[in-house]
Amino acid sequence: MTENIDNKDVKDVLNEKIPAEKFAFVQENENLHDIELQTKARGFFADAMIRFRKNRSSVIAAYILLFLILYAIFAPMISQYTIDDKDPMYVNYPPFVPETAKYGFINGARNMDSQNEKSMDIWYGIGEETGMNPVIKILGTKEVQEKYRGQWRTRTVYNIKVNMYYALGIVYRNFRYEDYEKLQQWQNETGIQVIYPYVDPQEYPGAAGNPNIWYQVDNASNAKKDKDGNYVPAYMTDESKAGAPYNSIRIKGDDGSWVYSYAKSGSVQCRICYYNFYIYQNGHEPSYLMGTNVMGNDLFSCIGLGARFSLIFAVLVSAINLSIGAVYGAIQGYYGGAIDMTLDRISDILSGVPFVVVTTLFQLHLAQKVGVIPSFLFAFVLTGWIGMAALTRKQFYRFKSQEFVMAARTLGASDWRLMFKHIFPNAIGTIITSCALVIPGVIGSETSMTYLGIVDLSTYAGTTIGTLLSQGNAAATSAPHAILWPSVFLGLLMICFNLFGNGLRDAFNPTTRGVDD
Amino acid sequence: MIKYVLQRILYMFMVFMIITLMCFVLIRMLPPAVLPPDDPHTFQILRRREALGYNEPYLVQFWLFLKNIVTKWDWGVSEKLFFGQNVWDIFVGKLPATMIVNLYSIIWSIPVGIGLGVWAALKKNTWIDYFLSTATMVVISVPSFVYAFLVQYLFCFKLHWFPFLMAGGTNYFSWEMLVSIIPPVLSLSFGVIAGFTRTTRAELTEVLTSEFMLLARTKGLTRAQATVRHALRNCFVVIVPGIFGEFIGILGGSLIIEGIFAVPGVGRLTLDAINGLDYNIFMLSTCFYTAIGLAASLVVDVSYGFIDPRIRMGSKK
Repeated sequence: MTENIDNKDVKDVLNEKIPAEKFAFVQENENLHDIELQTKARGFFADAMIRFRKNRSSVIAAYILLFLILYAIFAPMISQYTIDDKDPMYVNYPPFVPETAKYGFINGARNMDSQNEKSMDIWYGIGEETGMNPVIKILGTKEVQEKYRGQWRTRTVYNIKVNMYYALGIVYRNFRYEDYEKLQQWQNETGIQVIYPYVDPQEYPGAAGNPNIWYQVDNASNAKKDKDGNYVPAYMTDESKAGAPYNSIRIKGDDGSWVYSYAKSGSVQCRICYYNFYIYQNGHEPSYLMGTNVMGNDLFSCIGLGARFSLIFAVLVSAINLSIGAVYGAIQGYYGGAIDMTLDRISDILSGVPFVVVTTLFQLHLAQKVGVIPSFLFAFVLTGWIGMAALTRKQFYRFKSQEFVMAARTLGASDWRLMFKHIFPNAIGTIITSCALVIPGVIGSETSMTYLGIVDLSTYAGTTIGTLLSQGNAAATSAPHAILWPSVFLGLLMICFNLFGNGLRDAFNPTTRGVDD
Repeated sequence: MIKYVLQRILYMFMVFMIITLMCFVLIRMLPPAVLPPDDPHTFQILRRREALGYNEPYLVQFWLFLKNIVTKWDWGVSEKLFFGQNVWDIFVGKLPATMIVNLYSIIWSIPVGIGLGVWAALKKNTWIDYFLSTATMVVISVPSFVYAFLVQYLFCFKLHWFPFLMAGGTNYFSWEMLVSIIPPVLSLSFGVIAGFTRTTRAELTEVLTSEFMLLARTKGLTRAQATVRHALRNCFVVIVPGIFGEFIGILGGSLIIEGIFAVPGVGRLTLDAINGLDYNIFMLSTCFYTAIGLAASLVVDVSYGFIDPRIRMGSKK
């Protein structure tokens, strides 16, 4: 082959003569040695952290997770409400914060469709009497044909946006005499009007017991306005019907003749402005960042409380399952053979029992004796460790035949020492990282069980996310916020835990080292 | 292979019997339901309890329980919810609703899931892949009742596309029923689709990088040919057992979804039995769910062996 190549131009390198003086020593007066390593040695953990940080979605998930955990810890603390603050009137009310409501955000708004003139009169009446106008915005009007006394007539209906907290307006309340005195005292001190003049229902049967009608109405409860279109007050002036003397601030336009209470047997009935009465009772204005649920609880603190329980519970369950699973799997993997098979059969049987059945049976049997939460915990522990055991077993099979184990055994290490001093530390990375994926699983099952009402934790844990969700689901159409916020929280928590766990698992997995880039 | 299958079935049966025994004893240990004093069925039920050996040792009770099932297929009568009615008849009456909802959900979820998975794998490391992978991750993480709420609020309440609850009656193939079934089907599908997308994508990306794929391309197959004939076939080793598992799971249904959309299925029956402490229904549900779980794992295991000749576990025995 080579003979055929015409190699006249190619230098004959092999036979070329280089004169000796052209050669020079590279390191004539130096010691020959290896160059010291300039880079720092990197440990397993630091290496994993670097790889974790490269995974951007996991890092973001970790930060969101941190935020959610901080929320769970601090939200119930900073909130002015506790789980026992249940307002009987503000039930399933939309988010409302008085400070931002002025600017149109979080203003407790709910849309009301097809409000007729009569209702509109009531809405505006509330605004005029209490000074807190519930109508935020008129979204649209519609002409409707309706049959009235055999004739067709046109009627205008309004779609409006209403501030629910103001819209509650005036309610009837019965007070004992001393409470009535106290309320008057408070009114004098703060100058906030809670008690409004009474309207005698016998005088105006058209009001039909609606406390928010304070103006003159006909028998069909249509407002009888004066010629300028203003409301005409219908307050009671008959002093003999008053329940108790009134010596406090009076509303504008009162010449002292209006009566502020109505005599009931042993008590006084009043018309009170609920918003101001709330301030009297609680010492602050209603402020619900996420609205209230069906119990009248503040959702902001309730979600925090539920999340707190979920997180603590999940961490506890994972820790217990991790310990049991690690020991069980270690014994299985280390001894192998008949022991492995027997233990495998046991875990096969346990894993075959459906989780709902386990939870139910534990609740029925143990809840009376050891409490609801411990029996719920037992239900999780009964089958939860099986996955962890399988994982540990696999790791043990991988490591137990390696040389370092043999070396330790030759040196006389006991079985126990071999298992937990020599083999287990090798497997611990995989086991711990899988824990981050176990936690969302536990939270998911816990939420399902409390959602379904199989486990009722409300007396012990205050509330849980699952309970909040099922309460919200009952009123999903009228008060979507009550299910939206727990859903958002739970969804975010699960997504972030899974992303974080996946990132952690990939980072700690030595086989992916250097593969990703 | 047949020997292996038989072994597995026998083993599963033993596991099933042990679980049933455990649950049976635990349920019988609870105080029996208090019966209404002036109901004509009460006397009958008390007589039945006598015959079922409520005062005998638990093992005798279990034996009588099994004997009734084997000889007469008698699972007992409901003592609370459906007073005096045969438990098995109630249960079978609830099965079609569950099955139909799950069947619809699977029938459309599997092709969609696999399709999306294939798409993501073929477009690996493009924005399509990233989007699909992230979406899958998100969908898998979020629990099903959140979807149920979203579907119910958006499609049923805001847009008025579907009715709120599943239509009543047993006419499962009427148009009205079909429309009313869509919300629960949709809520159930999200998870299934995401699961199949994730599995398919993971498997296919692994197979696509293997050497026989390179060979297939080198010998002149087009990309589509190579993918369908070689890569996808290998993926199905993992996907098909998953499909079988899903089909068995049809019977099980979902406690939560059935509750939200008022599907008159077994999941809801089980939940009612738990809340109403109707032990005989609960016993039957327990056996049913256990059997389904075991059967699903059995079918998955065995189908692996049938599909992939490399995994013929125990065949040498």
